Amino acid sequence: MPVSAHTPESSPPPPRRALGRYWIANLRLMALLLVIWALGGLGAGVLFADALDALGFSLGGFPLGFWFAQQGSIIVFILVILVYAVAMNRLDAQHHRDMARESPEQPR
Amino acid sequence: MSVLAWTYLFVGVSFSLYLAIAWFSRVKDTRGFYVAGRGIPAPINGMATGADWMSAASFLSMAGLISMMGYAGGVYLMGWTGGFVLLALLLAPYLRKFGHFTVPDFIGDRYESSTARVVAVVCAVFVSFVYVTGQMRGVGVVFARFLEVDINIGVIIGMTIVFVYATLGGMKGITWTQAAQYWVLITAFLVPAIAISFRLTGQWLPSIGMGSSLAGEGVYLLDRLNEIHADLGFSSYTESFAHPAWNKLNVFCTTLALMVGTAGLPHVIVRFYTVRTVSAARWSAFWALLFIGLLYLTAPATAAFARYYMIQSLQGQADQDLPAWFRSWERTGLILWLDDGDGRVRYSNREDNEIFRSGPLTAARQVEIRAAHARWLVDAPGGADGRGVMRSLGLSGPDTDIIVLATPEMAGLFNWIIALVAAGGLAAALSTASGLLLVISSSVAHDLYFRIINPQASEGRRLVVGRTVIGLAVIVAGIFGIYPPAFVSQVVAFAFGLAASSFFPALLLGIFSRRVGTVPAIMGMVAGIGFTTFYIVGNVFFGMPAWLFGINAQGIGAVGMALNFAVAGLLTPFFPPPSAAVQRLVENIREPEDAGPALEIDSAPEH
Repeated sequence: MPVSAHTPESSPPPPRRALGRYWIANLRLMALLLVIWALGGLGAGVLFADALDALGFSLGGFPLGFWFAQQGSIIVFILVILVYAVAMNRLDAQHHRDMARESPEQPR
Repeated sequence: MSVLAWTYLFVGVSFSLYLAIAWFSRVKDTRGFYVAGRGIPAPINGMATGADWMSAASFLSMAGLISMMGYAGGVYLMGWTGGFVLLALLLAPYLRKFGHFTVPDFIGDRYESSTARVVAVVCAVFVSFVYVTGQMRGVGVVFARFLEVDINIGVIIGMTIVFVYATLGGMKGITWTQAAQYWVLITAFLVPAIAISFRLTGQWLPSIGMGSSLAGEGVYLLDRLNEIHADLGFSSYTESFAHPAWNKLNVFCTTLALMVGTAGLPHVIVRFYTVRTVSAARWSAFWALLFIGLLYLTAPATAAFARYYMIQSLQGQADQDLPAWFRSWERTGLILWLDDGDGRVRYSNREDNEIFRSGPLTAARQVEIRAAHARWLVDAPGGADGRGVMRSLGLSGPDTDIIVLATPEMAGLFNWIIALVAAGGLAAALSTASGLLLVISSSVAHDLYFRIINPQASEGRRLVVGRTVIGLAVIVAGIFGIYPPAFVSQVVAFAFGLAASSFFPALLLGIFSRRVGTVPAIMGMVAGIGFTTFYIVGNVFFGMPAWLFGINAQGIGAVGMALNFAVAGLLTPFFPPPSAAVQRLVENIREPEDAGPALEIDSAPEH
C-alpha cells in the first residue's frame, strides 16, 4: 500500500489523486454496464417482454420478449462481463502507469 | 451394449478420474485446504465455478420446470445467470483483493464484530446444508434410476467419493475435480440436446433449433407448441405472464431475488478467493458465466423439444402402443396414467387429464388409489375416480425431472447417449455438494473455531479441524440424503432469499461505503433475514397469504434485500463511522493490485 495514501493531509498526495481518478472511472464503467445488465435482463426479459412480443417482430420462431427471457438476456450478461474484464484490466494498467509517473519512488 | 452397461462404464470411469485427481491434489496447509493455495488459473476456476454452481437442480430439474412453465421458466435462466454479473462487477474482484478465506471473514473484519461474523456463519451453514441435502438426494436418485441400486446405497457411494476428495484435497482437490466434472456434465447435457435438435428441426445448435421450424413441416416449433397448449387447455408456451401464478410483479421479484441470491451464495463467492490476482478474479467470472451459459442457453431448447416430444408421443395412444420410455419411467412413478375407460391417453390441463405423478405418495397408497380407480371404472362399490384424487393432491402431470432424464429415450437416441445423462447428473450433484461442504467446513473450522474459539490454534491443528468438520458435514449431508427432511424441497427458495437478504447487502455496503458501521450493518442483516424468514416460513408452512402485493415466497428475497439496504442506510447517520483500520481496509480493497500490495495479500500473516 502506498505509504502516503492514508495520511490525513489537506491536499492529497499524487498516489491518492490517482486512486481517486481510478475509482471514479471504475464506478462510471460499473454504472454503465449495470444499466445494460438491467435493460437486457429485467428490462427486455420481464418489464417490456409483453411489449416486445406485441411488436410482432420475431427472430425466426421466437417472439422477441420470449427470446430475451430465455436466450438474449444470457448472451447480454456474458458480454457485459467480458467488456468489464477487458476494460477494467486496461484501467488497471493505466492506473499502474499513473502511479509510476506520479510517485517514481514507489516500489513495485 | 445395453444402457445399463454403458452407464456402469461412464460412472466407473468418471469416478476413477475424480479419485485420481484427489490423490494428485492433496494438500498440507490451510491455504491449500480453504483457497487452493490461490494458484488456480482463471479458465480452470471458471470451469470449477460452473460445476460448483450447476447443481442437480440445474442439470436434472431446470429444463423440466421451464418445459412446464414456458415463458415464466425464464426466471431461472435470467436469475441464475444474471447474478454472475453482479458478482463479477460488485463483489468478486474486491473480495479477492481482501484475501482471507471465507465470506463471514469479510463481514466480521469489515464490521469489526463477532456478532456479525456469527450471524454470517449461521446463514452460510444453513444455506449450504439446505442446498447440499438436495444434492445428496440427487445422487441417490440418479443411482436408483440408472444403475438400479437402492437409493440409499447410491447416497452412500456418492458420500464416500466426496469424503475422499474433500478431506484429502480440500479446496484444491475440489477445484480440480470440479473442472473435470464440468466437462462430464456439459457433455452429458449438450450431446442429447444437439442430437434431438438435429432430429427435430435439422439444426445442430439447440438455441437455433428452438426457434426453427419442425423438419418437414414448415411450422415453427414454438408456434406448434402454442397450438398444442391451446388445444389442451395449458397456458401459452411463449406468451409472457400467461401462466396464472406468474404475473409481471412475481416474475420480476423472483428473477431479482434469484440474481441477488446467486451473487450472495457463499459457495460461489469463495471460488473467487482461489485465483492468483484481482484481474484473474474478473476473468474467472467471465469464464464461469460463459461455461454456465452453454448449459443455460441449451436448457430452454431441451425444454421446448421435450415438451413437444412428450405430448406427441403420448397423446391418444392406446395401451399397447405406448412408447418404451413411458414404461420404464412409469416404474419410477415420475409419470403415471389413470385411464378414464376409453383406453387412450389424454394429457391436458382440464378435468379429463389422465397423466399424473406419484410425488410423495407411498407405494401402498398408490396401489390403493389404483384399485379404487379400477373399481370406479366398472362401477363396482367402493370405487373412486383416481384422477379426481390425484388432482386434489396436486399431482397432475408428469414429474418435471422426467424431462432431462427421459428425453434422450423419447427421441430414440443411442444407448451411450442415454447413459451419459447419468454420469452428468452425478457430476452436477457431486461438484455442487463438495463446494457446499467446503463452505460448511471453513465457516465452522475457520470462522468459529479459529477466529472466535481458539485463535492460538496451530496451523496443523487448524487443518485437522478443517478436515474433521468437512468429514462430519459429508456424513450429516448423507444422512439428510437418506432420510430427507420433508421441508427441504420447500426451503430451497429460502436459501436464495436468505442469501439475497443477508449477504449481498452487507457485502456491497462493506465494499462501496466507508461510512456504514457495525450497528447499522447488523440491524440491516437482522431486518432482512427476519422479514424474509417470517414471510417464507409463514407462507410455505402456515398458509399465510402472500399479503405483500401477492409476491410469492421465491420472490420475497428481493424485498428482504431492499429492506436490509433501507435499514442500514437509515441508521447509518446515527452511528459512528468505522475505525481508521477499517477505513484503510476499504481503501485497500478498492485499489487495483499492481498499484501496491499485490504481494502483501499472499505473504502477509493471515490475520
